Amino acid sequence: MRSIMQLPFEKPIYEIEEKIEELKTLNENSETDLSSQIETLTNQLTEFKKNLYDNLKPYERIQIARHPMRPTFLDYIHSITTDWIELHGDRAGTDDRAIIGGIARLNDKPVMFIGTQKGKTTRENLEYNFGMPNPQGYRKALRLFKHAEKFGFPIVTIVDTPGAYPGIKAEETGQGVAIAENLLEMAKLKVPVIAIITGEGCSGGALGLAVANKVYMLENAYYTVITPEGCASILWNDANYADKAAEALKITADFLLESKIIDGIIKEPLGGAHYDPEETYKNMKEMILKGLDELSKLSEKDLIEKRYSKYRAMGEISFEKQD
Amino acid sequence: MGIKEWLQSKKEQQNNTRATNNPVIDDEVSKLWTKCFNCGANLPTKEVEENMKVCPKCGYHFRITARERLEQVVDLTTFKEINSEIISVDPLDFRDLKSYKARIKDAKSKTNLNDAIITGTGKIDGVEAAIGVMEFAHLGGSMGSVVGEKIVKLIETAISKKLPVVIFTSSGGARMQEGIFSLMQMAKTSCAVAKLNEAKLLYITVLTEPTFGGVTASFGTLGDIIIAERGARMGFAGRRVIEQTIRQKLPSDFQTAEYFLKHGQVDMICERDELRGVISNLIRLHSKEN
Repeated sequence: MRSIMQLPFEKPIYEIEEKIEELKTLNENSETDLSSQIETLTNQLTEFKKNLYDNLKPYERIQIARHPMRPTFLDYIHSITTDWIELHGDRAGTDDRAIIGGIARLNDKPVMFIGTQKGKTTRENLEYNFGMPNPQGYRKALRLFKHAEKFGFPIVTIVDTPGAYPGIKAEETGQGVAIAENLLEMAKLKVPVIAIITGEGCSGGALGLAVANKVYMLENAYYTVITPEGCASILWNDANYADKAAEALKITADFLLESKIIDGIIKEPLGGAHYDPEETYKNMKEMILKGLDELSKLSEKDLIEKRYSKYRAMGEISFEKQD
Repeated sequence: MGIKEWLQSKKEQQNNTRATNNPVIDDEVSKLWTKCFNCGANLPTKEVEENMKVCPKCGYHFRITARERLEQVVDLTTFKEINSEIISVDPLDFRDLKSYKARIKDAKSKTNLNDAIITGTGKIDGVEAAIGVMEFAHLGGSMGSVVGEKIVKLIETAISKKLPVVIFTSSGGARMQEGIFSLMQMAKTSCAVAKLNEAKLLYITVLTEPTFGGVTASFGTLGDIIIAERGARMGFAGRRVIEQTIRQKLPSDFQTAEYFLKHGQVDMICERDELRGVISNLIRLHSKEN
């Protein structure tokens, strides 16, 4: 437990845990029996934890979603699938490492998995560009979408990105149009598409992999039109108001489910996916299998039509009263 | 009055005049004159207006309103606006330093438009088209639920009437105050373009000053033909964000229409006075009757 990097709001937990440890050492070395006090404190800790994690503020959830030890795309692949074979490159000069794709078996059936990849170390993060794709990444994804469609593989995308990369080359080679084309092409795919926001789902960079029949979110993931920091620096003139922006933007899974933007929430262990990755993998796998099972009953036409009408209905408008 | 207050009041005065001075001088006499942002020439306002708001000296294209655009491009009296009654709601009950509701109200009284786009049908140099023009002055031309819905409805109208679609973009991107609903408009409009493609109808986008973010990354760059207006700035990420990320100076022509033409991102650049002719010509070339 101690090896997990603690978040600022988790400090009280670690303090109580330290107390319990102290009492335990004391208990071993003294004659007075402290076990009842230890038990009370342990119960209090459980209660405290539950209360804390059940009532997280949006900005605290974001910190969990960004936790450096949070499972990454490849962690999920290696844990829930077998026979993984990565497929590289956009066939136009680049293999963007921020987006990884390939085929694997999920309970024996082949599935195309495509996801943004983050690293756990600085070296890894440099390799994966902190999970920020360039246009070439989106074009690699598009190539793999078409491959999946050709061979009838369902598609599962895993999204955890602070956004598409804002760089010179990215602009020159069409960051905007690369995302736009994915939105358009995903709308037409004849195979089931499931998208899962596992950590950060920021802006067009996330959406570019997430036009899907079913969109799921991990409990502590967030999905937003702009990073809270970006929003705060524009609307509050100061990125330090990110917590306020996070609250105003309503970026948490429960609101998005209620608003029919997403179709399901994948439970995380108490405190976040990194406290018990195995349980997270299990929950995710169950959800994917359930989703694929439902979608496998739909015809190609229905898959496209249902996907289209879902997005067609999104948005909140009203009509001016005519005098 | 102490020196501090005096300085403060001077500063406020200055700020106030600055706010009203820009871009058009509020004073009756100086209204007759317009200063070119590019070459600095003082020009008779009438002359600038008669020249489609392009500087006669250096060719600088001043920003124009959606209504001015329609007047310039669409044949007189042929434009029929549709869906103007659709209005924004405040789905997140959003408040930053100001409430979203107040921002909508201000934008409405400033532009006399319900939202950041005008859509309808009309003739461009004799050819009928479904036309959308974004209004940058309305909350930075940002795309929220209303802009998304009006674009989709415009495309649906085009499909049912078998018309080509022409959209003039001008937008800072998605409308933050509608949060995820704005983001989803990118998917929604792109899905509609997919339907338009299926119907094999021509779709022309004209990227005008400025076009960024969610509009660039959805219907803005999905045109069969992408035209950029002379001098317009465009791109996915804003210049400041890129500078902060890569910590280096960007070339001065970065993200201009000319820059993107060079990098193969747009089909052509048009001067303002060429647009009408080029668009109608393109539609004629693509129509079955020719």
